[in-house]
Amino acid sequence: MKDEQYKSPVFPKWVNTLHGFVLLGVTLVFLSVTFVFWYWLGPKHLEVGYIPKQPIAYSHKLHAGDLGIDCRYCHFTVETSAHAAIPTTETCMNCHSVIQSGSKTGEAEIAKIYASFNEKKPIEWVKVHQLPDYAYFNHSRHVNSGVSCVSCHGRVDQMEVVQQVEPLSMGWCLDCHRAPEAHLRPKELLTKMDWKADDPIATGRIIREAYQIRPGEDCSTCHR
Amino acid sequence: MDTQVFSEDPSRRQKLVLGGHTFASISDVVCKPIEDKAPTWWLIGLMASLSFLLLLFSMLGYLVWEGIGIWGLNNPVMWGWDLVTFVFWIGIGHAGTLISAILFLFRQKWRTSINRFAEAMTIFAVMCAGLYIGFHIGRFWVAYYLFPIPNSMQMWGNFRSPLLWDLFAVSTYFTISLLFWYVGLVPDLATLRDRAATKTRKFVYAILSMGWRGANRHWQNYERAYLILAALSTPLVLSVHSIVSFDFAASQLPGWHTTIFPPYFVAGAIFSGFAMVMTLMLIAREIFGLKDMVTLHHLETMNKIILATGTMVGYAYAMEFFVAWYSGNEYEAFAFINRAFGPYAWAYWTMVSSNVIFPQLFWFKKIRTHIPTMFVISIIVNIGMWFERFVITVTSLHRDFLPSSWEYYSPTWVEVCQFLGSFGLFFTLFLLFLKFLPMIAISEVKGIMPEANPHHGETHHG
Repeated sequence: MKDEQYKSPVFPKWVNTLHGFVLLGVTLVFLSVTFVFWYWLGPKHLEVGYIPKQPIAYSHKLHAGDLGIDCRYCHFTVETSAHAAIPTTETCMNCHSVIQSGSKTGEAEIAKIYASFNEKKPIEWVKVHQLPDYAYFNHSRHVNSGVSCVSCHGRVDQMEVVQQVEPLSMGWCLDCHRAPEAHLRPKELLTKMDWKADDPIATGRIIREAYQIRPGEDCSTCHR
Repeated sequence: MDTQVFSEDPSRRQKLVLGGHTFASISDVVCKPIEDKAPTWWLIGLMASLSFLLLLFSMLGYLVWEGIGIWGLNNPVMWGWDLVTFVFWIGIGHAGTLISAILFLFRQKWRTSINRFAEAMTIFAVMCAGLYIGFHIGRFWVAYYLFPIPNSMQMWGNFRSPLLWDLFAVSTYFTISLLFWYVGLVPDLATLRDRAATKTRKFVYAILSMGWRGANRHWQNYERAYLILAALSTPLVLSVHSIVSFDFAASQLPGWHTTIFPPYFVAGAIFSGFAMVMTLMLIAREIFGLKDMVTLHHLETMNKIILATGTMVGYAYAMEFFVAWYSGNEYEAFAFINRAFGPYAWAYWTMVSSNVIFPQLFWFKKIRTHIPTMFVISIIVNIGMWFERFVITVTSLHRDFLPSSWEYYSPTWVEVCQFLGSFGLFFTLFLLFLKFLPMIAISEVKGIMPEANPHHGETHHG
């Protein structure tokens, strides 16, 4: 028995490196799981570029960009309430009772407005920018602090179909709440999508002072 | 025999291993349960433990599915059996490091027969505690919020919160205890490897023992590593339960907000840990015939520690009342009078009698060395220490600053089953440990035998 014990090795040679491989494996698994969740499964990767099909081929580029209609003409509650209104069919009809034919789509798309108006059935627009129910967000609070539409929604005036351009993640919100200067502008220029200050940070500082902006970072600021 | 073992003469050290054992017979005795076929009682015990473990898993599944509304928590009492049982388990986990680290540094040789056992118990108890702390947050899947891991929410631990310190204290404790346990196991695993009769057994123990050959160099490295780990874990014995007590003490609630909490909790933890070691050890030494290695002397020494820490705990109970009076703070006074005479008086007096009165019986040597009595007292202490956490947590909460929200808390069947289930987890792991690993540190016990002394056998020149 004793001799036999020393004749054949107890374990093959590769076992010597086993401990190292196990340690390396555990570390790699931990790092890759973290990376997958942080990078691939974050809103930056999953939600930016969300571009749902809308019931009407409405072009923001045409209306807000080329024709220069102010954002607040349709989304008129943005300065006074938490929610920026999605326009009713009646708002569309203010102009489209006269304009019956578009330059690109002809009469087909505008006819859908008439159908909605006559049947008294609202147009079912698809919401693009979604926040979770447990996150409280108030449009008026931001807009009245000099945060422009463009900061969160991008150049909507250049979009044929609206898509999400910012991640709208909690980290992204906090980035601005911690250092809002780069995103502040005078209230008069709120919907000037192409406006840029020569020195955004310096301008932002002045505006922050003027509007007394102190963004909250407590849990209860957004999770009420 | 007794008179020789318990000699009053301090110059004559007591023998720590009785029964005329040799090195070989010690290996035989400790390895026997591992090498023999699993006995019937072990299989029955494992089946019973596994069914309780299943109960735990089903309760946790129900909890995750339904949310913590299935617990009996109410408005003021937002911590119930979840936290009580967490502190209970983490407290039990304290004897292991105390025995393995502090007693090692103090060169208390009697620790060698019980340290492996106590360390295993520590690790399994901390696992139960970790399970509780993980699930008490209600949404188990967001438990990763606790760790500093990059995420799209920029969630980062609140380093000002004792609850976060608690996480790090417990996980550090678990890691160090596990390493300490494993390092201590290496020479014994090599013994098992060399004795192994089957190929698989030999292979597994060979891998676990990391090529240990008992060379001089191996022993040197081993002993250095063991010393370093002992030094690392010594502060942990004090820090872990201090930080657990901060969970309470750093709040502003009368009954929690006291400076005595850290030492009081540490003493209580060692107290409960030793009681648990005692309960389990008394059964194990009976079943596995370890009476020569875990002698009456060992048991008596442990009883003395139980007596000492139990007295400290009793002092803390008294001091809480003294300070409540001496501070002149009427809220503090109310909290403590309510504790002793309010709706939870039954729990308070259960705690006091189990933790303060019964251990005092160990002043009598007859009781200290009488095995059935010490078994009963160790179980009473286990119960009492569970009640201590219940009293601290629940009685302080159920009468808060707004009398309109005062409410009585009682657990639901889910909490009770979850508690029972945690014992299933503990005993499943423990039974597996008894079957597959040496429950006594073979090499260390050999080291304290007279034969291991280099001068053994030389003639004495008085």
